[in-house]
Amino acid sequence: MAEIRNYTMNFGPQHPSAHGVLRLILEMDGEVVQRADPHIGLLHRGTEKLAESKPYNQSIGYMDRLDYVSMMCNEHAYVRAIESLLGVEAPRRAQYIRTLFDEVTRILNHLMWIGTHGLDLGAMALFLYAFREREQLLDCYEAVSGARMHATYYRPGGVYRDLPEQMPQYTETPWTKGDDLKRVNEWREGSMLDYFDAFSQDFYDRVDEYETLLTDNRIWKQRTVNIAEVSAERAIELGFSGPMLRGSGVAWDLRKKQPYAAYDEVEFDIPVGTNGDCYDRYLVRMEEMRQSNRIIQQCVKWLRENPGPVMIDNQKIIAPTREEMKDDMESLIHHFKLFTEGYCVPEGESYAAVEAPKGEFAAYIISDGSNKPFRLHLRAPGFVHLAAMDEMVRGHMLSDVVAVIGTQDIVFGEIDR
Amino acid sequence: MLEKSAMLPDRLRDTLGDLALDIFEAPTGVTAEVAASSWVECCRLARDELGFEQLVDLCGVDYLSYGEDEWDTDDATSETFSRGIEGDGGPGRFDWAGRPTNVSGQRFAVVAHLLSISNNERLRLRCKVPDDEVPAVASLVDTWPSANWFEREAFDMFGIIFEGHPDLRRLLTDYGFIGHPFRKDFPLIGNVEVRYDPEKGRVIYQPVSIEPRVLVPKVIRSDSRYGQQSAKGGSRG
Repeated sequence: MAEIRNYTMNFGPQHPSAHGVLRLILEMDGEVVQRADPHIGLLHRGTEKLAESKPYNQSIGYMDRLDYVSMMCNEHAYVRAIESLLGVEAPRRAQYIRTLFDEVTRILNHLMWIGTHGLDLGAMALFLYAFREREQLLDCYEAVSGARMHATYYRPGGVYRDLPEQMPQYTETPWTKGDDLKRVNEWREGSMLDYFDAFSQDFYDRVDEYETLLTDNRIWKQRTVNIAEVSAERAIELGFSGPMLRGSGVAWDLRKKQPYAAYDEVEFDIPVGTNGDCYDRYLVRMEEMRQSNRIIQQCVKWLRENPGPVMIDNQKIIAPTREEMKDDMESLIHHFKLFTEGYCVPEGESYAAVEAPKGEFAAYIISDGSNKPFRLHLRAPGFVHLAAMDEMVRGHMLSDVVAVIGTQDIVFGEIDR
Repeated sequence: MLEKSAMLPDRLRDTLGDLALDIFEAPTGVTAEVAASSWVECCRLARDELGFEQLVDLCGVDYLSYGEDEWDTDDATSETFSRGIEGDGGPGRFDWAGRPTNVSGQRFAVVAHLLSISNNERLRLRCKVPDDEVPAVASLVDTWPSANWFEREAFDMFGIIFEGHPDLRRLLTDYGFIGHPFRKDFPLIGNVEVRYDPEKGRVIYQPVSIEPRVLVPKVIRSDSRYGQQSAKGGSRG
């Protein structure tokens, strides 16, 4: 009889289901995984060290590039860490705008996740639908900051500017004209808040549509039910957060438990799973999209009724406006100092966490009183989740590895940093 | 949450006793400094007695050049702001040959952030690593499994050795990488660069050809607005 022995298999780094540049060394017994050793760092850019060489303000853009599908949530953690060191707080309207865009970001992230997760497990159509809605929300990113993805919209002390009064419209092209043009501009007649209204009314039905494609789908269930089960105790031990923790039945959500921005004033529910398998985590994320939509509606309502400043009035931290600079010497000096030297942050340290779509994303800043962070450490949820990869895939089939990568919602920008 | 947080330093003092070198509370959270010799013991006490069941984050810190500025702001000088750019010392502005070598004192620290899900509290534990040459501290993997990759990262980035770690390999840097990139005496531009060599027909490593350059010197200004705040916020203890 032939001798049977384990063999080692290389998965990635260039593999469409590796969600970036994950290299997995898999020790296989037939088609069953005995051990998985993730090799990461192929996207390591040294963000933390780069930030230490720059004034505080100049690193906000790096945060977008960490978890590049939940951009503004990363900014939020970083900005909040600086604000708590400076002892300033953004105006209420800015807090609501941040809440609004955090939830937009959560939907963006979950749409990306369900699209690619579905694609990995053989549900092609969903990807196209998810990206249709994603595009509508990326337009909001663009309208508010000028960039579709890497927004740099949150600033210490508030947000860059107020929401636009007029949502940008499509112009006529040889391919989009007449009725087509009218249709694509239908939501864009009014302000951005009107656009959000139209979107959020429409979006519940969209999530229902996604669910009709997957939730009772026999293939989908075969690929996800009872795959990579994690008990609640183990999930806590492993440091899980976000949907990975809630999927295991722990009702822990920083938005509720340690509220920041305007989360203490909006109503929403925390969905939790029971079995802690891939299917439960899928259901949790789907429900989170609905809850995010609910928060968006409440924020839009509040923002309509409460105009006000979106940035604190403190020129030691915030650059003056263009107009002020034209005829005010003090403003010109402030502007010059802020953009050459930056501002000094008092000595101390701060760990600011936000409930990012993937879990707890946090920025830990040590300041020695200078204009640059002495040490910046970024706590990425995906990093912790990927560390548990070995444990989650042991004893599963090779094809389930793909399901686990999908369910962990891996994005390498934040893991490698 | 706020009330509990106000009590936390007291409970910490009761639980840790003499093991804690310093416990202080800032608006940004509660911090306990512990000695490297009792690092694991303190962490276990925090987990079992104080209910911190989750290790949320663990990272290394290199305190070299802490509080040193690169451009004098106390007095009027003949040197303008831009001259600070040519100053020596400070992170990122030296090449490998000119790196600072004679450093004394406790340079490295390990900082752990704990989270109690049951009590909804956070705690920061810091431990100064005694030896600068061979920084080593006990591993927390047996206390919290989530420490595994965090410690591998700290080892990779700072060269801090975690004794008792089951699998202390490099994590983020390239295969065959030399040095610990997040140390303050590691140049920001790195030491080597890669390029394709058409003669050899493969990718080769060569010494980095970029000049180290910093556009904004590090400046420390004592701001009267933060006078009271920084009194205890100081993290060097």
